[in-house]
Amino acid sequence: MTHTGTNQAIPADDMQLSEDRSALLLDVDDLHVEFRTRDGVAKAVSGVSFDLRPGETLAILGESGSGKSVTAQAIMGILDTPPAYVTQGSVRFRGTELLSLPEKERRRYRGEKIAMIFQDALSSLNPVYSVGFQIGEMFRVHRGTSRDDAKKKAVELMDRVHIPAARQRVNDYPHQFSGGMRQRIMIAIALSLDPDIIIADEPTTALDVTVQAQVMQLLADLQAESHMGLILITHDLGVVADVADKISVMYAGRLVEQAPVMDLYASPAHPYTERLLAAIPRVDLKGQELYTIKGIPPNLTRIPAGCAFHPRCPYAQPICVEQVPPLHDISGDRRSACHFWKETLDGSIQNR
Amino acid sequence: MAASRTDEPVLEVRGLVKHFPLTKGIVFKRQIGAVQAVDGVDLLLYKGETLGLVGESGCGKSTTARLLMRLDEPTAGQILFHGEDIAQLSGKAFKAVRRNIQIVLQDPYSSLNPRMTVGDIVGEPFQIHKDVAPKGSRRKLVQELLEVVGLNPEHINRYPHQFSGGQRQRIGIARGLALRPEIIICDEPVSALDVSVQAQVINLFEKLQDELGLSYIFIAHDLSVVRHICDRVSVMYLGKVVETGDEEQIYERPTHPYTQALLSAVPVPDPTLRGRRDQIMLEGDVPSPANPPSGCRFRTRCWKAQDICAEQEPELVVRDDLDHPSACHFAAIRKVIVTHDVS
Repeated sequence: MTHTGTNQAIPADDMQLSEDRSALLLDVDDLHVEFRTRDGVAKAVSGVSFDLRPGETLAILGESGSGKSVTAQAIMGILDTPPAYVTQGSVRFRGTELLSLPEKERRRYRGEKIAMIFQDALSSLNPVYSVGFQIGEMFRVHRGTSRDDAKKKAVELMDRVHIPAARQRVNDYPHQFSGGMRQRIMIAIALSLDPDIIIADEPTTALDVTVQAQVMQLLADLQAESHMGLILITHDLGVVADVADKISVMYAGRLVEQAPVMDLYASPAHPYTERLLAAIPRVDLKGQELYTIKGIPPNLTRIPAGCAFHPRCPYAQPICVEQVPPLHDISGDRRSACHFWKETLDGSIQNR
Repeated sequence: MAASRTDEPVLEVRGLVKHFPLTKGIVFKRQIGAVQAVDGVDLLLYKGETLGLVGESGCGKSTTARLLMRLDEPTAGQILFHGEDIAQLSGKAFKAVRRNIQIVLQDPYSSLNPRMTVGDIVGEPFQIHKDVAPKGSRRKLVQELLEVVGLNPEHINRYPHQFSGGQRQRIGIARGLALRPEIIICDEPVSALDVSVQAQVINLFEKLQDELGLSYIFIAHDLSVVRHICDRVSVMYLGKVVETGDEEQIYERPTHPYTQALLSAVPVPDPTLRGRRDQIMLEGDVPSPANPPSGCRFRTRCWKAQDICAEQEPELVVRDDLDHPSACHFAAIRKVIVTHDVS
């Protein structure tokens, strides 16, 4: 089902490959996750692959139900089973296969190597413990630090994420902080054990724009400081443009396009990306006409045959209904899952 | 965009105030203060135009919407609909006026009763305002409304859960249209929708305005959406309007520091602008509306603040050689967005 850990004996013929991939922080390969529900099996993630290097920012972009959060949860190993099952694929952290690790060992990676920031800080923090206690918990549980020392560390971390008067506020409770400050506390918790990777799942969606800018700036500064890998999960094409190095676009649980950030915005190679860019109002454009994508994203228990986007795609041809398009390699780091990626790229594609 | 706009105001708001009392004690309640949610707001809405109301959470924009609908009673101020103060009306006269102002709410999941069919939801306004449509014709009217907002009229007997988010928002819009209002207040109508669906609903709002000559008050925190749909914009901060002007004046020649900071923080989906945008980082958070700063309410976060800002409250007036009102002692144009014309 899953690959065995590569940290043990490596067969000679795999040496070349593993050396090449060993620089990677995280290597996700052909990940499949399904939810077995009463209404049938929902294929939340089907064949997702990507990698991450130190200091790099990867954005996973998608609408609700595209499988972007489930991918993050599968990497963290925090999916609820049942109903969710990882049925195929591998997630390697610095060469170590995580999916086959027993839970006890997996816990050593969670928080310590890979940490996560969630969207809604108010519901992610425990309302009956002070924030200092919750930040310090990381040190007490993972490192066995004493309560006093853990609180001191908590103050240091609160300073690091720029919470004013950290020493006075360390004993306050989550409800006494504003939304932006709560998100900073979440970031402090994620940072506490100096992880190599931070996964941020819609970290600024619930925040106002001015606060969003502050939090994104903070994340970028912290990343530059410690050379972490950052996976940013979002639906916001604007935020992505400001921070990401490369982007993976997901639709209905599948990858539809992967590209470096400049290429993706300049010349999308998948009709979904292209339409999405044309559908968002931009603050710096005047007299802009909004193109719409007809219809709605599919139900994951009934993903359309062939290309999942074909019922909404203006360029769909008969082949799109019959065949699932593979993820074509366009160039070194660009991929598109469209039968007509060439035509989409050079703009020669015609409406149906 | 403003094709049908005229110079006759349909709605004029003067000095609107809403203070929510803060009380202490259970049996003998004493008032110990007030949350100044809305504190002296003036608005002007012309026929056929869209007025945007923007600001961060807690700035009082949704409270203003509730006051305009009179879902809350204003503490002070006038709401003039065609010159008639609806804050003073009651009984029959109020009911007759109220028909003309409808609202579309943010969350299409919680604003539709899950036990009612779409037909009942959209037709409910007719049960309250019985004289608008005779009983026999109501079903047909509802079907027409569904068609207008782009839903299948045959789905009249379905329940809200059978629809997607975007379709539900269309149901909410159909309900708002039922009484043929002159004004629709849209309180964050697209912020709960997916990006690919959001554009459909925005375009629907624009189409309906062109066809029916509606006036919108469009409340949103997404400044890109507001720029796209609005003719004029009022920017709110802590219960007050700090700057007001037409779309071009606000977006291309903002004069209030808060407007400038707000605009500069809007992410632009264009990676080539990375690091080249004029970004103003505001320090700290919005102060509590229960205890707002003296003088200018923005001064605690403003990089221009001087002593006068704490002593004297700046009025919302046109200053010096500027072309639109701004509530700042040191109002000056700072272009934070480089605008491209694509039309």
